[in-house]
Order: sequence, then C-alpha cells, then structure tokens
Amino acid sequence: MPVQTRSERFTSTAHADFPEVTGREVNWKYTPVAKLGDLIDGELDGSPYEIAYADAAGATVEWLDRTHALVGAAGIPEDRAAANAWTNFEKALHIRLEGDAETLTVVRSTLGGSARAAHTIVSAAKGATGLVVLDSQGDAKLTENVEIVLEDDANVTVVSVQQWDDSALHLASQYARIGHGASLRHIVVSLGGDVVRVNPSAHLAEEGAEAELYGVYFADAGQHLEQQVYVNHDAPHTRSRVTYKGALNGEGAHTVWIGDVLIGRDATGTDTYEQNRNLVLSDGTRADSIPNLEIETGDIEGAGHASATGRFDDEQLFYLQARGIPEDEARRLVVLGFLSEVVQKIGEPVLEARLHEALEDELAAAR
Amino acid sequence: MSTLEIRDLKVSIETDQGTKHILKGVDLTINEGEIHAVMGPNGSGKSTLAYTIAGHPRYNVEGGSITFDGQDVLEMSVDERARAGLFLAMQYPVEIPGVTVTNFLRTAKTAIDGEEPSIRHWGATVKDAMGKLRMDPSFAARNVNEGFSGGEKKRHEILQLELLKPKFAVLDETDSGLDVDALKIVSEGVNRAHEETGLGVLLITHYTRILRYIKPDFVHVFVDGKVAEEGGPELAERLEDEGYDRYLVAQA
Ligand SMILES: Nc1ncnc2c1ncn2[C@@H]1O[C@H](COP(=O)(O)OP(=O)(O)OP(=O)(O)O)[C@@H](O)[C@H]1O
Ligand SMILES: [Mg+2]
Repeated sequence: MPVQTRSERFTSTAHADFPEVTGREVNWKYTPVAKLGDLIDGELDGSPYEIAYADAAGATVEWLDRTHALVGAAGIPEDRAAANAWTNFEKALHIRLEGDAETLTVVRSTLGGSARAAHTIVSAAKGATGLVVLDSQGDAKLTENVEIVLEDDANVTVVSVQQWDDSALHLASQYARIGHGASLRHIVVSLGGDVVRVNPSAHLAEEGAEAELYGVYFADAGQHLEQQVYVNHDAPHTRSRVTYKGALNGEGAHTVWIGDVLIGRDATGTDTYEQNRNLVLSDGTRADSIPNLEIETGDIEGAGHASATGRFDDEQLFYLQARGIPEDEARRLVVLGFLSEVVQKIGEPVLEARLHEALEDELAAAR
Repeated sequence: MSTLEIRDLKVSIETDQGTKHILKGVDLTINEGEIHAVMGPNGSGKSTLAYTIAGHPRYNVEGGSITFDGQDVLEMSVDERARAGLFLAMQYPVEIPGVTVTNFLRTAKTAIDGEEPSIRHWGATVKDAMGKLRMDPSFAARNVNEGFSGGEKKRHEILQLELLKPKFAVLDETDSGLDVDALKIVSEGVNRAHEETGLGVLLITHYTRILRYIKPDFVHVFVDGKVAEEGGPELAERLEDEGYDRYLVAQA
C-alpha cells in the first residue's frame, strides 16, 4: 500500500461522508473505539452549554451561527467522530482577541454525561496578543472541534486543560491556521477522564508562521490519553517545535502520541523538531509513541524528532535519597521535574500552580 | 566522638553471569576528624565500598557490619543514612532533569535538618558557598548535573558537602577529571568542611596529587576487595613510585 501524504488524508464536515470506523484505521487503531460508539455515530446534543469566565480586556466571548464565515476557517474533520460533532453543533463558541488582550479563562464544568457536540473558535486579530485557557472539568461525553485562527503577526497562547471526572469520554480535533509572521503556543494538558483524545494540528500557512505545540499528560490505571499531533509546514521559513511529555502509572494506563510533521514543497527554510517522552512508573502500562517526518523539499533549515519511553530511573532516586530526601519525596521531585518542563510553558502562574497541585495529587494517588 | 566502623564487610552483586563477590572482608575504622585515603587498582572494589556505605540497592551485603556511633547502618534506608550524617560524593553524579539546583539544595537541606532553612539566610549561604567553589551563580537555576562538565559535577558534589554538613564523607574519585585549579578549589572546600565541622573523610583516589592539598592521616591500599596494607602518608608516595605489582604478585 503506498504511503499517503499526510495532507491528502480525507476530510469532510459531514458525518455520512466517512466510512464506519472499524478500529483498524491509521487514526483509530490505538483508540478504544468500542467505548466511543455514541460519540462516533450516536445522536448528539449540539446546543450551547453553560460556560463561566471573568471579563478580560481585549477578549470577547459570543455564540456564532453555524453559517458564520469563521466556521471552517482553520480546518475541517479528518475522522468520523469530529464530523459527527460538526454535523450536529448548533452554535459555535467564539473567543475573539484584539490588541494586547488580557488572559481569558473559559470554564465548562456542567456538560454532563449525555452525548454532546461542541464547536469552539479562537480568533486573533492582526498583531493581537493574548492567552486563552479552555478549561474542562466535571463529567462529559463530548466530541468537538476547536478552531484557532491567527491573523498576521498575532502572538497567542492557547491552553486546553482536560481535567475531567474519571468517567468522562472526550474526543477533540483542534485545528490552527497561523498567518504571516504569527506565532501560536499551544498546550494540551490531559489529566482526568476515562478516554481523552485531543488531536491538535497546526497549519503554518504563510511565510514566517511559527507553532510551539506542547502537551503534558498523566495516565492512571485504566485511563486512555491520546494525542495525534500534526504540523503542516506549508510556506517558506516556518518554524515548529513539538514537545509532549507524559507519565503512566497503574494497570492498563495507556497513552498514545502520534507526531506527524509534513514539510511541503513550498516550505523552504523550515525549522522543525518534535519529541515525545514518557515516564513509566509501574508495570502494566502501555505508551505508544510514533513520530513521522515527511519532507517534500530538500531546502530546509533543520528537521528532527525524538521519542523515548523509559522506566523511572532508580539512579536518580538513589542520588536524591543519598542527600537525605525520603523516597516518596524523591520520587515526587523526579516525576514533577520531568513533567513541569511543559507546565512552565503556560506563563499563567495561577494555572501553573493548580496544575502542579493536580500533578502532585496524581502522584499521591499513584502510591 | 563519632566513629564509623566497618567490620569484615563482604559484598556481592548479581550480574548476568551470576553472583559476583566484590568485597571480601573489609575492616576500616574512621574517627571524627580523621582523613583516610584509599588507593587501589581499577576494579578492586573501592566504589563498591562507597556505594555500600551509602546503601545503594544494587549491592548485597553478605556478611560483616557497618556501624556509626553504635547504630547499625546496614539497617537504615539510603535517606536515613544521609540524615544520620553520612555523605557520598559520587564518582559519577546523576543528572536529574527538571529539578533545579536551588530546589534540590533546599529540599535536601530541609530533609537533613528536619526543618526549612531560614529563607532570609539560605539564599546568601548558597551563593557564598558557590562563590568559594568558583561556581557561576547561573548554576543555581540549572537542573541538577544536567549538562554539567565532569569538573562542574564534582564541584557541585563538594558544594553539597559544604551545605549539608555531614559528619562523614566518602569522596569517590572527586579529584578525577579536575583541572589543576579546580583540584585546588575543591580540596579547599573539603578542608573547610573538615576544619569547620570536624568532618571524617574517606577519600578514594588514584593520584597522590590531591593528597598534597588534603593531608591524609592514614592510607589504605585496597586490592581485590580487601585492605592489603595500611600506613601513613608515606605509603601513598611509595604506591606512586612502585604501583600495585607487589600486592598483585603476593596475591597470585
Ligand atoms: N553492575 C555490575 N556488573 C558487573 N560487574 C560489576 C558491576 N558493578 C561492579 N562490577 C564489578 O565489580 C568490581 C569492582 O568495581 P568497583 O566499581 O567497586 O571498582 P573500583 O575499585 O571503584 O574501580 P575504579 O578504580 O575503576 O573506579 C569490578 O570488577 C566491576 O567490574
Ligand atoms: Mg570506582
């Protein structure tokens, strides 16, 4: 079978256009599809839902009609669950950033356990700066699309926090279109939920566009946390960095990271590096880590990838204990140290502190 | 007076080829304030002795004892030994990604003392100690040993020695990989700790050069997992001239 160029993967906004999911497809084969039937094929409630946020200067929040021009501006679904969400959402939640916007955190915590669709758009005006936190808590059975549209020279951070209750099921496709000289920092934090799959893609569509894609996750016993990352270098002198770090602890903890980077024919002078690192804390876990680099032009600045999944290092533990630090605390230091490299990229102290605490709780529960 | 006492210590490790007996009956007594040098050929078991004192889980104690002020060291966990006042400056210090030197030092100091060091003074104490060891202040924000050169790692070990103030320190080839100036700076750090706190030292080395700066009271020749000969500083000079042939021949 010929290898298909990543950019030629089938896309559509219509659920019916995708064949039934068998679980053998390249983008479903690591996912527990048996648990996800309702999201892939079921009826979905696509009505607006309750959100909470504090006003932030330079940021506006509104619900848009499906027919609005921004809908579809960043990308459209590559899989049937995302298309199901697209077919069924009624209104899109739109966050608009202008000028130097203040940090905006939008919390959704009351979605509940019946199957839902959602659509979110974050758009930034030319030259705008800002930080948007999409903060998900509580119970959920959700399939959704998130679009991020950066106009020229915008410089924006988007943090997607999945801190769901234990039983939550969540499938998200996130698409970013990054304009001329614009720069996106995107951070996926997945801690809570039964199955959480967040697939971010970044389209470096115009000259000088930049994307830094980070992720941090901590999978407990029986938990499935997945992220399929796709960076499409589609214009000259674009730059990307992808760093995902995860920890796994407990029987049946499963994480998946797929990192596809495509350097297109026009993407001369591309500079890209992607890496995934997993820290295995117990027996019975599984970490799938698959980097793919596809290069269609010879004229690039640099391209590299790395993937490593390793056991907790007993020598590190010994070193810390030999300085008087008790085993529990030494373990905590090493794991938090490993994961906090990503948390530190957020640049929002309150959220960083909360996530540190959440990671500490994960660790405490791990014992 | 504090005493570290090692009696007829026998240690093995498990390897792919089966059990390997490394220490074959080590006797050594170090009193507070004494400096003991241990010299011996590669593979004779010096690091094994150092790691066994610190409690590394890879080493199995088959027999003998280690006592520290009458306490059974072998019954203690690694961190308990450190809190009791034992310190190991490692031959190959370990890198710890994501943990800054500042955070590490404060955490270790808190663990050893049983209370947080005074916020007001601790920062200055660390800065001062780093200055004396000619460590650039930027090391404080770097991750523990990550990307440190060989010599920088050794200085960082001695920095910890000075800040944590143990009663006994085992220095495993702290002099290896140091340039001439660094050797002097690091030796001064050890001598400061020795003078200020009455530190007892077990100094493992291949070279007499460091013994010009750190004056040993006793020299032990370590061969094939045992102490083969003991003497004063003059023994080190003789080893430098003659090597270990004499002991190896005697052994064969
Ligand atoms: N993990 C291991 N597997 C196999 N052999 C080992 C292992 N660890 C130690 N040994 C062996 O035990 C012996 C003693 O090693 P040790 O490191 O204590 O020597 P040393 O005296 O410190 O040597 P050096 O002067 O080279 O530092 C050596 O023969 C070494 O190869
Ligand atoms: Mg050694």
